[in-house]
Amino acid sequence: MERIPILKMGQFLLVTIQVDLYDRLALDLEADLVGQITQLNARGVLIDISAVSIVDSFMGRILSNIASMARILDAVTVVVGMQPAVAITLVELGLSLTGVYTALNVEKGLDLLRIKTGAAQAVSTDADSSDD
Amino acid sequence: MPIPATIEVLTSETFAILEGSHVIQLTGQIRQQASQMGMSLLDQTKLSTAASELARNILVHGGEGKAQLECIRSNSKIGIRLLFSDRGPGIANVEQAMQPGFSTGIGMGLGLSGAKQLADEFHLTSVVGEGTTVTILKWVND
Repeated sequence: MERIPILKMGQFLLVTIQVDLYDRLALDLEADLVGQITQLNARGVLIDISAVSIVDSFMGRILSNIASMARILDAVTVVVGMQPAVAITLVELGLSLTGVYTALNVEKGLDLLRIKTGAAQAVSTDADSSDD
Repeated sequence: MPIPATIEVLTSETFAILEGSHVIQLTGQIRQQASQMGMSLLDQTKLSTAASELARNILVHGGEGKAQLECIRSNSKIGIRLLFSDRGPGIANVEQAMQPGFSTGIGMGLGLSGAKQLADEFHLTSVVGEGTTVTILKWVND
């Protein structure tokens, strides 16, 4: 059975959606992510949708659901890589992706995750031991 | 939006919408067709997203139905017309159903209003107890 792989990167989970999500696949992804967050004590989830050509209200709800479930488990969700045409279409559709953080690409998304989870402060404090 | 006097149907293809995977197959076909006709990437995305909303509406409200994909020409313009029909319960209050955020199903209530926003032309007919037909149209070179 087809499943979307979830990769672990330190405290974060990385999901790259390469196919259009149909109902079963989307629900499995929700369940798998929630399970992995709990099991691995993940603090953040990064979802790369750069290969996704259609974000309709179904897909939008899946992304919002994942962000809400993750938040309840004390993890932050960032969606990255949205195609420009998809962004324009989303706004015309009236979908605001409430509660979902977004970033332009994976690198910026990881930066945002570090900031939101406080991982950046911890790292910089360790590195330069400044007293601010 | 004035409806053009004569629309010539160049090609027509019908797809059954019975389950989620059919929605994905349909939007794939639409994108391929739109791309061949030279539609911009943005308009391709808008049209296939609108189609996805309407095809999902069929599954949620009508149970099952069909989608017709037509390449059309009117004077110097070419475009794609999509007809979605189901034999579901129909819509009692069309005006209310067209409001963004109104939903009787499990969705976000953006299907009809969103599809209208994304298409160049939108037409809905519904008879309670018989079903609903939604037609959308997007021109390639408007």
